[in-house]
Amino acid sequence: MLAYMIRRLLYAIPIIIGVNILTAALFFYVNTPDDMARKILGEKNITPQAIENWKMDHGYNFPAFINTKEKGAAVVTQTIFFQKSVPLLWFDFGRSDRNNIDIGAEIRQRMWPSLFISLPTFAIGVTLDLFFAMMLAYYKGTYIDFLGLVAGVVLMSISSLFYIITGQYVFGKALRLFPISGYDTGIHAFKFVVLPVIVGIMSGIGAGIRFYRTVFIEEIGKDYVRTARAKGLPESAVLFKHALKNAMIPVLTNVVVSIPFLFYGSLIMETFFAIPGLGNFTIQAIQSQDFAIVRSMVYLGSLLYIAGLILTDVSYTLVDPRVKFE
Amino acid sequence: MYLSKRIGTFKILVLLSIFIAASGCTPDDPYRSSERGKNIFYTTFVEPPKHLDPARSYSADEYDIIAQIYEPPFQYHYLLRPYTLVPLSAQDMPIPEYFDRSGRKLPENVPPNRVFRAIYGIRIKKGIMYQPHPAFARNQDGTLKYRKLSENDMSGINEVKDFTVKGTRELRSDDFIHEIKRLADPQIESPILPILEKYILGLKEYSDALRRDLEDIRRERKKKAGFSYNQTLDELENPIILDYGKHPLPGVEKIDDYAYRIILKTKYPQFLYWLAMPFLAPVPQEADLFYRQGVLAERNITIDRFPVGTGPYVMDTYNPNMEIILSKNVNFHDEYYPSRGEPGDRELGLLDDAGKKLPFIDKIVFKLEKEAIPRWNKFLQGYYDNSGITSESFDQAVAISASGRANVTDAMKKQGIRLITSVRPATYYNGFNMLDDVVGGYTPTKDKLRQAISIALNYEEYIEIFNNGRGIPAMSPIPPGIFGYSSDYNPYVYNWDSAKKRPVRKSLNEAKRLLAEAGYPGGRDREGKPLVINFDNPWTGADLTPVIDWYIKKFALLGIQLENRTTDYNRFQDKMAKGNFQFFPWGWNADYPDPENFFFLLYGGNSKVKYGGENAADYSNPVFDDMFKKMENMDDSAQRLAIIKEMTSILQRESPWVWGYHPVAFVLYHQWVKNVKANPMANNTMKYIRIDAAEREKLRYEWNRPNYAPIVIVAAIIVIAILPAVIRKKRTER
Repeated sequence: MLAYMIRRLLYAIPIIIGVNILTAALFFYVNTPDDMARKILGEKNITPQAIENWKMDHGYNFPAFINTKEKGAAVVTQTIFFQKSVPLLWFDFGRSDRNNIDIGAEIRQRMWPSLFISLPTFAIGVTLDLFFAMMLAYYKGTYIDFLGLVAGVVLMSISSLFYIITGQYVFGKALRLFPISGYDTGIHAFKFVVLPVIVGIMSGIGAGIRFYRTVFIEEIGKDYVRTARAKGLPESAVLFKHALKNAMIPVLTNVVVSIPFLFYGSLIMETFFAIPGLGNFTIQAIQSQDFAIVRSMVYLGSLLYIAGLILTDVSYTLVDPRVKFE
Repeated sequence: MYLSKRIGTFKILVLLSIFIAASGCTPDDPYRSSERGKNIFYTTFVEPPKHLDPARSYSADEYDIIAQIYEPPFQYHYLLRPYTLVPLSAQDMPIPEYFDRSGRKLPENVPPNRVFRAIYGIRIKKGIMYQPHPAFARNQDGTLKYRKLSENDMSGINEVKDFTVKGTRELRSDDFIHEIKRLADPQIESPILPILEKYILGLKEYSDALRRDLEDIRRERKKKAGFSYNQTLDELENPIILDYGKHPLPGVEKIDDYAYRIILKTKYPQFLYWLAMPFLAPVPQEADLFYRQGVLAERNITIDRFPVGTGPYVMDTYNPNMEIILSKNVNFHDEYYPSRGEPGDRELGLLDDAGKKLPFIDKIVFKLEKEAIPRWNKFLQGYYDNSGITSESFDQAVAISASGRANVTDAMKKQGIRLITSVRPATYYNGFNMLDDVVGGYTPTKDKLRQAISIALNYEEYIEIFNNGRGIPAMSPIPPGIFGYSSDYNPYVYNWDSAKKRPVRKSLNEAKRLLAEAGYPGGRDREGKPLVINFDNPWTGADLTPVIDWYIKKFALLGIQLENRTTDYNRFQDKMAKGNFQFFPWGWNADYPDPENFFFLLYGGNSKVKYGGENAADYSNPVFDDMFKKMENMDDSAQRLAIIKEMTSILQRESPWVWGYHPVAFVLYHQWVKNVKANPMANNTMKYIRIDAAEREKLRYEWNRPNYAPIVIVAAIIVIAILPAVIRKKRTER
């Protein structure tokens, strides 16, 4: 297993470097350092000299990839790509272009609010998805199954923005049960977490139930289930004890790959609920064209994606002994 | 057993509800219970501030914070209108001294062209102390305690308040001088440096010298580090501290510890207004030395986030991702609520606190609320003390009477919410590219083309549709409340309606006639080709599509095809800088209440294409320019007013802009907020505000009692709905 993981990690290196180069190239094509300077310096009294000064002070006065004015290794090192993107490889995220803050410190601080929301949403959400999917499979053919399916389709057809606004209105404004938005630290965060978690679960439950229900129904049509039933096991035991365990491969495919992204947070949810997480951070950076932050977050996203895929492969071996690393 | 468990859970829920109700707890309360009934003002901010360094900060939302902390020499009187400057950290208002080339003193009302040097001598109040801050903490030997911090000293320190030892010292003239030198520091990137360089003697040379120093240091470091040199990372670990004393700055002189003088290269009466902005507030050198340490910068502890001032409030918590909290400065000097106001202020209760010591509020909490809906709902719940009004909530909040007067709706009145309106010292306009062959130029026919478009763009309608009536149609660049503003109408766009006793926009027929005289009858040129004008704008948002459509329709009324050329803001700026545009929307918020700060937007010497200035229309009329040069540095007088009138007349005739509108700000306040008077020029107004925290607490509880009944009903319906299937399944299994 270790050899397999090392091999996968080595494969990831060119992908990460590729993502890095591509991000830098795309950004400089769409958004030149002059554009960044103009946006960041504001609207008043922006002289061409002020733009040049900004570029010089923020290290954007170099060519993008090759510096023909330098000699030796400096041809490569004295470029925007090398100065700004290469340090990402050892997690040196540098400073924000907009207000010069340390991006690494900001990520470390902001990942916790994102996790406080996304972890319970994920854990409770997956548990409920599985529970309700099994219930529908259990009650297959009854009106509960039918109503559940209809509800699932309705729930998955609604935009997550609708859930957020309705959730805030119903639970926050009309029933006055939770703060409409906001966040606090430590134990005080609890009351702010409940509503976003409910909304997060609601917005994902329709699709989740439908997917897992299909998995379970496929599973209970297999021979071993028929054998279990023939042995006289109650339906609940067949479903919850035998079918659940065997349905874990498709479940894990769906679930494990999302785990690393939990700390990335939710872009819309965090903005509407004023959660100071990484989702909010990314949206803000995109809006203010803070290239340094966006570059860091894109890089982090690619790392998380690779981590998610490796974790999924590893998890297969844990639930299915037939799967071997090669 | 099963049933008894359920009953037990139900009992717990009921008991919990009774407990919550009895304890006076409102579960939707976003604040900690320890804050209940406290003298705290709650408000919001929409996006994290970019800069809180007074030398860099240049936006209204940032001023809402730093203006409560830093104290420049002067401030705007809270109640008096027109806007009046009064001393803040200065002892009194300075009388500028003017000198000619031979050093002879000139009278105060001397014409600007005779002035070679203008000197502002500023005396500061004695006994003003800085807020307690670790930058001032000293060892027993007198050296600064936290001057050379290492990684070992930083355990448990995440923000300024984590430092255990704090000190203070008296405000001195050196601090004002230090701040002016900071403006010239290239690392700080002050946005007003290009302006002040034009006026303060030697500032340009001084800033050039500092830039050379910085480049030398960087060159040296690069040489030492070799090919691996990374400027950003290097300066993060070892910030560069430039030696401000190395070069002379003849335009700023220290007289003694409580007085300094600023020498200007010309007469510039508006300089006093700059002295009322945070740019020229005192910053102690100790603060700079403290913050420019690598271990602090690495933790985002910088002067750009944690200000050090003498004002009524200090930065208590800076978490721009969530909240910014200012608390009362324990060292704040004596300052009292004003005893003079405008007529009517007494009746409004605005002088009830006259003579009382400021500030009234213990803490100001700014909560980050990016989205309008939660912000508005929390205001209605009483959790924010004030709120702006978005278009979506406008009808819910404001009712316009038949006479056009805005007031709050009955529902708002019932909640005791008050509406405060004020015309902002700003103008939103549409400009023509005066260098363009079609819409530009200075011949009478070109004037007529622009006048026709100005008539067709019905701004009364625009304000009604897109601004809910929150604006005043503009007749010139100067908004109400600024010297030179005139209620006279623009005769090229309006006619006087004697029956209605007000100016009325000229008819479309009149506009069509002008268009025909301009060579475009029915919107077509002599060859019959339609007149096509490009509308260059940065309005990429979907919500602005109806606005663009409105423009297209208005141009179509004249038969003109308006070609929309929306681009992102950067492309738009690029087009403006290169003159690659025809018709564009823009706006301007005044830096200070003076006509010069509006007319300079049309001064030829500020052409954006030629000089990179703020004259985006690239308007250039030698007569107007001469008058501008004459008027810009004059004291307010009848003569200045006459020049302004003439300049306005030229602008109205040549119409380089469609004069758009001056926005009106609508802000709502709850009944427990006292002493509220809109003052768009002043930013340090929080010290005057008082709240009745007990009343707020009572009303919040009344408005926010939880309602559990629908939850119980929905749960019951679900149980009843699924119960038959469960029973049937159980039976089948059995």
